[in-house]
Amino acid sequence: MTEHNVCDLPGIVARWGKDPANMVQILRDVQESCGTIPSDTLDQLARLLGVPRVRIEATASFYHFFHAESHGAYEILFSDNIIDHMAGKEALKQYFCERLWLEPRKLSEDGLVYVDDTADIGLADQAPAMLVNGYAVPALDHARLDLIAELIRAKKPLGEWPPMLFEIPDNVRLAGPLMGEPFAPGAALQATLARGAEATLAEIDAANLRGRGGAGFKTATKWASCRKAEGEALLKKHAGPPQVFLGPLGGEPSEARFSGGDHYVVCNADEGEPGTFKDRVLLSSHADLVFEGMTVCARVIGAKQGLIYLRGEYKNLLEKLKSVLARRREANLLGRNILGEQGFDFDIEIHLGAGAYICGEESALIESLEGKPGKPRNRPPFPDRCGYRNQPTVVNNVETFACAAKIAERGGAWFASIGTAQSTGSKLISISGDCQRPGIYEVPFGVTVQQLLIDCGAEDAHAVQVSGPSGTCISYREFDRRIAFEDLPTAGAFMVFSPERDMFEVARNFSHFFAHESCGFCTPCRVGTSLLRNTMDKLAAGKGSAYDMHEMKNIMRILQDMSHCGLGHTAANPVVQTMEKFPDAYEKRLKKLDFEPAFDLDGALTTARLITGRDDEWAHLDND
Amino acid sequence: MKLKVATCSLAGCFGCHMSLLDIDEKLFDLLKVVEFDRSPITDIKHCGPCDIGIVEGGVCNAENVHVLKEFRKNCKVLVAMGACAITGGIPALRNNVDLWDCFQEVYHYGIGLENGQIPNDPELPLPFDKVHPINEVVRIDYFLPGCPPSADAIWKFLTDLAAGHEPKLDYEMLHYD
Amino acid sequence: MTKTCTFTLDGKTIPFEEGETIMEAASAAGVYIPHLCHHPEFKPHGSCKLCTVNIGGRLGAACTNRAADGMKVDSETEALNADRRALTQMLFVEGNHICPSCEKSGNCQLQAVAYHLEMLTPHFTHFYPARDIDASHPDVLIERNRCILCELCVRASRDVDGKNVFGIGGRGIKSRLIVNSASGRLADTNMSVTDRAAEVCPTGAILRKRHGFTVPIGKRLYDHHDIAEVPEAGLKEPRRD
Ligand SMILES: Cc1cc2nc3c(=O)[nH]c(=O)nc-3n(C[C@H](O)[C@H](O)[C@H](O)COP(=O)(O)O)c2cc1C
Ligand code: SF4
Ligand code: SF4
Ligand code: SF4
Ligand code: FES
Repeated sequence: MTEHNVCDLPGIVARWGKDPANMVQILRDVQESCGTIPSDTLDQLARLLGVPRVRIEATASFYHFFHAESHGAYEILFSDNIIDHMAGKEALKQYFCERLWLEPRKLSEDGLVYVDDTADIGLADQAPAMLVNGYAVPALDHARLDLIAELIRAKKPLGEWPPMLFEIPDNVRLAGPLMGEPFAPGAALQATLARGAEATLAEIDAANLRGRGGAGFKTATKWASCRKAEGEALLKKHAGPPQVFLGPLGGEPSEARFSGGDHYVVCNADEGEPGTFKDRVLLSSHADLVFEGMTVCARVIGAKQGLIYLRGEYKNLLEKLKSVLARRREANLLGRNILGEQGFDFDIEIHLGAGAYICGEESALIESLEGKPGKPRNRPPFPDRCGYRNQPTVVNNVETFACAAKIAERGGAWFASIGTAQSTGSKLISISGDCQRPGIYEVPFGVTVQQLLIDCGAEDAHAVQVSGPSGTCISYREFDRRIAFEDLPTAGAFMVFSPERDMFEVARNFSHFFAHESCGFCTPCRVGTSLLRNTMDKLAAGKGSAYDMHEMKNIMRILQDMSHCGLGHTAANPVVQTMEKFPDAYEKRLKKLDFEPAFDLDGALTTARLITGRDDEWAHLDND
Repeated sequence: MKLKVATCSLAGCFGCHMSLLDIDEKLFDLLKVVEFDRSPITDIKHCGPCDIGIVEGGVCNAENVHVLKEFRKNCKVLVAMGACAITGGIPALRNNVDLWDCFQEVYHYGIGLENGQIPNDPELPLPFDKVHPINEVVRIDYFLPGCPPSADAIWKFLTDLAAGHEPKLDYEMLHYD
Repeated sequence: MTKTCTFTLDGKTIPFEEGETIMEAASAAGVYIPHLCHHPEFKPHGSCKLCTVNIGGRLGAACTNRAADGMKVDSETEALNADRRALTQMLFVEGNHICPSCEKSGNCQLQAVAYHLEMLTPHFTHFYPARDIDASHPDVLIERNRCILCELCVRASRDVDGKNVFGIGGRGIKSRLIVNSASGRLADTNMSVTDRAAEVCPTGAILRKRHGFTVPIGKRLYDHHDIAEVPEAGLKEPRRD
């Protein structure tokens, strides 16, 4: 059985440099060794780190993977994306719970197992999937669940479970310049050093590389602005004329200690958008390319430290990534005087997330890196001028760094020759859902949806969710559209739905996702996403009316207009778009009446019926 | 033709109705333009077709729902009058108390109770888990807040409505307490 | 120092100094923009979104967007006020606001903003969340049912009192006010009734004990005056001992 030892707090705190900015990492380690984050631990941490307990508690209670109550020796979290549902997740979860005699969200009576759901864990190509104590297990079926139930009953420590349970194939179906060509670690760095920082930046510019994380911001512009930005000096709010630095507005004071006016390179490996799993594959099999891209960036902007924010769900990649880093240090591709270049010092640290989609948003990610709840900052200033530890920081997606390495190696013109004029290079598409060959497809930008559907074996597709819930839902009428910033921009998700699928249920699943993942900072999103989810549930229960449709439209407009960050701005997309493109899916659910009660009238009498033992005619209400 | 008006009190305290009576001598002016159907003022038990229905109080039990639906069916315009009708109000303070605990306290453990029994007479309205504002049960056309709304506010509201324009409350007439 | 830059707000010219937010410049010029989480004495926060204005075609919070020379800002539009009303309604249904039994009624900024926006009903379906009351402290009461998560108490305690008594725990719709003690009780923190944090709450969520209902109806801050006429009155709440 997985023993939770008494936690060596001073040891953990020391391992993280006694730096409160590493609070999320410290709390992760506490939970890993204790199984929970007990209340008195917060007090001890407060003493050890000199931080008020209330701030530690704010962080500890923000992240989905942290909990104060015991989740037993085995915490099982089922991935809850619509793709998992389509692959039978609900029935399998029920089967599993019955096998172990337990109820979801309730610690089993013997205190051994806890079962719950969690947002998509980046395995949509191998759905349904789960996390066992944070480690991913893909391709669940009855046989695998039987085996897991046996192992749990036998109290086998996770380390003794058959490794095949945790094997995760890459499923690369189509490889291109990023994944298909061999890469010799160091090649891009050598080219960078030979060319010089400025010239390398010019190559990135000439390549017209745009961010792969979704927004498509031009990478060279970001790097150039960060390179130009001054470090520590900017902190002094009014540095005097001529430049007045307009510092960050509001926000919690950073617990971070400033480490000397440095610039930082941050790799966004949060990959939280349901249906996206290309960063998982890049990091699993092409980590050198990603780390090399970060090091090239460090050279260009003058950074000494890099951080990679790896989503907690990808904990299984941690050891592998650490060994790649170690190998690169040995090869002098990281560390001091990299490749013999005097003064070129750079190293990379890995931070793990703890279950919060919002931490993919770059300023929330930085807050999380600084040990705080992942709530987006007020912007401007943007991270390129005021990011990690309030220093100039480049935040890029995993794939963006991989591209940057390739460009540094092979030049901007080569890269620009692939794809379209506005969307150069290749794009990694993560295909899942109703298709014969789910997996990674590396294609040149400009490819049509139709072509991708043919490639993956989904000729009868009815709809595709491009770029995840926050992206675009397209119907079979639009399959000639192209994957490109100028048409269908995407972070990579491509979820396929056959004609039998109910697009209302797809949108409802996504509305639950956003309500669960809203950080709660701003009113429109905190309340609006929950109102939207509740109304979708009302429709699903067959109790919707035209009035509810009208209400949802207003709530969705407010979400789009008034929210603080991209999560709120896009949280309505799935419902807005399915309403427009698949109106029947909604209309068939509406009752004829123009108005339906907001709650289940008869259901609201259940308790009183139980208490009084009544079941007469007057103890019931018609629900219409 | 006089406007036909019906009123009722659900989970409320009759305070709004008292405020309605507080219109005092203007009540006579009001009666020149309106005629009351079902109302505590008239003692008519069921409402017939009306122009305006005014509902005081939220919905706390099954009977409230029957009355409210009768009003919605018969009234062209339905008005939620007072804090309870609009938000649940004071009765909604019980929403954080478990219904089972409520019954236990009232019928089992309350001071002076011995062998208390929870009544199960079908005549008694069965309570909801929570008290709800009336707009969560039927569609409401107008809201007249206040606990209670002042006589002036009620007067202004009704005369605006009778005159056929959107009721508009002056700043001091609009309050939630 | 004279202000050299200007922008227009609903057509009116507003002078500002570089670095000032739209909200700061507007307040200084005597123009009211509805707000709840903003307070002139504290760092901008930007969470309630009530102060959302149209900045040259883009929507943004007036309290966290800096004024820029020549910029055109619209605030008093029907559409913006309708959305502000909806946000206020969201704040009402998210908590448990039973004004008739609330000590803050008449002096409450949430309520006053709702009056200003002519909110007649909370409109949305109530959540009726189960939230705690903390009466443990001898002089200060926490009524979480009325908390709108504006973090003014958090900022006041942290930045003025230097105490860190308050924080926001949880996330999303489950966000909640937490205090700096293992027991979770206010009595076990170093909160004092003289703290700035004890009087900064715009709603009835943090109250000084034994001061409820001391001001008679008719004499309260917003009984006769729209919050736009006394925008700062609630902020520097006069002591009524
Ligand atoms: C709610 C939300 C979630 C996001 N999640 C991710 C993510 O998981 N990975 C990512 O690279 N970018 C994500 N982004 C985009 C980042 O904020 C940022 O734009 C990106 O990391 C910049 O890198 P790029 O220019 O290389 O794309 C997210 C944005 C939002 C608003
Ligand atoms: S939009 Fe949502 S996720 Fe973004 S800050 Fe607001 S509450 Fe947080
Ligand atoms: S805090 Fe304000 S809005 Fe809430 S109940 Fe009290 S007076 Fe009403
Ligand atoms: S208690 Fe008051 S001041 Fe503090 S967050 Fe809640 S509403 Fe704001
Ligand atoms: S006052 Fe500007 S967001 Fe709250």
